[in-house]
Amino acid sequence: MLYREALNLALDETMAKDEKIVVLGEDVGYYGGSYRVTQGLYAKYGEKRLIDTPIAELSIVGNAVGMAIGGLRPVAEIMTANFALLAFDQIINHMAKLHYMSAGKITLPMVVRFPQGVSRQLAAQHSESYEQMLCAVPGLVVFAASDPNYAYHALKKAIMMDDPVVFIEHELLYNKKGEVDTKNSIDPFKAQIKKEGKDITIVSYLKMVDEVLVAVPKIEKELSCSCEVIDLCSLNPVDYETLKKSIEKTTRLVMVEEDHKTGGYGAQILSWVAQELFYSLDAPPLRIAGVDVPIPYNRKLELASIPTVDSIAKRIISWGEKHGI
Amino acid sequence: MDKLLIEELYYLMVLGREFEYAAKEHYMSGDISGFLHLDIGQEGFSVASMKAFAKGDVFTTYREHVLAIARGIDPNVVMAELFGKVTGISQGRGGSMHLFDPSHFFYGGDAIVGGQIPNAVGCAYARKYQDQMDGVMVVFGDGATNGGAFFESLNIASAQKLPLVFLCENNRYAIGTNITHVAPFEKQAHKAKPYMPILEVDGMDAIAVYETIQKAQQYVREGHGPIFVEAMTCRFEGHSMSDANSYRSSQEMEICKSQDPIDKITKKLPKDLIQTLQTKAQKVIQEAVEYASNSPQPDISDLTKHTFTEELNHVVS
Repeated sequence: MLYREALNLALDETMAKDEKIVVLGEDVGYYGGSYRVTQGLYAKYGEKRLIDTPIAELSIVGNAVGMAIGGLRPVAEIMTANFALLAFDQIINHMAKLHYMSAGKITLPMVVRFPQGVSRQLAAQHSESYEQMLCAVPGLVVFAASDPNYAYHALKKAIMMDDPVVFIEHELLYNKKGEVDTKNSIDPFKAQIKKEGKDITIVSYLKMVDEVLVAVPKIEKELSCSCEVIDLCSLNPVDYETLKKSIEKTTRLVMVEEDHKTGGYGAQILSWVAQELFYSLDAPPLRIAGVDVPIPYNRKLELASIPTVDSIAKRIISWGEKHGI
Repeated sequence: MDKLLIEELYYLMVLGREFEYAAKEHYMSGDISGFLHLDIGQEGFSVASMKAFAKGDVFTTYREHVLAIARGIDPNVVMAELFGKVTGISQGRGGSMHLFDPSHFFYGGDAIVGGQIPNAVGCAYARKYQDQMDGVMVVFGDGATNGGAFFESLNIASAQKLPLVFLCENNRYAIGTNITHVAPFEKQAHKAKPYMPILEVDGMDAIAVYETIQKAQQYVREGHGPIFVEAMTCRFEGHSMSDANSYRSSQEMEICKSQDPIDKITKKLPKDLIQTLQTKAQKVIQEAVEYASNSPQPDISDLTKHTFTEELNHVVS
């Protein structure tokens, strides 16, 4: 099943069971969704439940907050992460805070979904990643879906949870194929070990998990070592248990992320490791992130601004050689 | 208008004013901190709008103590919230600006100017979806009508024909900036005209406000879509306790205070009843202050409680 089909199935199955679930966003209804995630749902559930909104992101999230207060379970789609910035007041000041500020009296069972990251030459206003900002806001659950199976199960759980969830997708993953085991649900808060290994723990999420998995055979060959690859899945809260177990075993950590390096998401993981696992480490942790530059249009420049299979392999191999792996 | 209703409006207005006097006093004495926005002078608007819109959901801005009390929320828990106590309506997490009580359909207390308007639009969508046509009322000041959230909301509520009353409390000042310095006209209802019908009312006349809001709610109940009400008011104090109100002349303040909504309604009630109601209100507020003073502080071990729902406790701990 394709990633976007898995998301579609999650929406379809939950909507069929619960009339309180509505979907709102730009082009989500009649058009079928910019990335075809909501394809077919408009015909099935009608315009009251697949709500086409104007291009007004503040209202998309702000209305979803009000719908949740009013007893619905809204799933808001924002076309791309950069546009979500227009809704950051509603995401941060309302969606994340109303439960706490009301001492738990108001619950917001809602999801805000959007794709992010570098796609193909969309330039700086359509290519950025904002998980680092959203994870810095207490009160938001942040999931990042890297494959169809996780996308399916995590979105279903996100919709049925009573806490507000930011559900991050990636523009280049919508056509990714993968098995979806609809029978066995998974815990979306748990990090997933994508590949077991004993010498280096490579932590990543979203699209970069794929890049890491492709880079790993070369790294293992060059360094004569084995890598464990962890997909964080839930960016907030973080499954530190799984990370701890792996890092204590391998004694080495590499963090790979697509967002900009300064203030980027992985900084939190490295800071945690420095505080909690310092004496378990046999090498200084390595962080591979995007360059601190607005994402450029030119393909060569664009690829140079984010980690790629080649740059990940190269960086890890030279780091490994330097630290005697 | 029904005598009993006039009596109730009067009582709540006096109760509201006594509450605000007490809040001011205890802010000066240090029991209350943070930002404190007093509603003195505008109680007629607050009380009448809440009583007229008794059924339905209400979203408001941060000058909302009197709105909350008029909505039926116990003054004790409102005062305790101002004192930051665990018995407060938001358990000391919100303070003066963040009073919420879903059991009274009161989603109050938003301190991002205009931020509550899109939430009210969404709630109105939910109510229409659920065939509950009492609708939603959103209260905001003239300052909020200059922001994008307001214009987006006019557009969506109108396009979707939502059961929503936009209630603009125009006291002509966004903190210290006169509305005519930042908008092309004094009456903000002009901005809503392309989208929905307009009702204008003297916000210093409680009975007029009551009747206008009733009319507005009837309109949304009938399924016509949203309606805009503009009430011209005048606040007797500065924007908040940290505002010395120096931008208004003494002459302007004199005119403002001559419109006291309580004086206006006092004339309609017998003197002995006035006395009884005043005494009663003072007693209730005195008790509210005692309740707030005697209530315990929140427990520090509960600091992060309510960041997420209890469902997530096992994950975040």
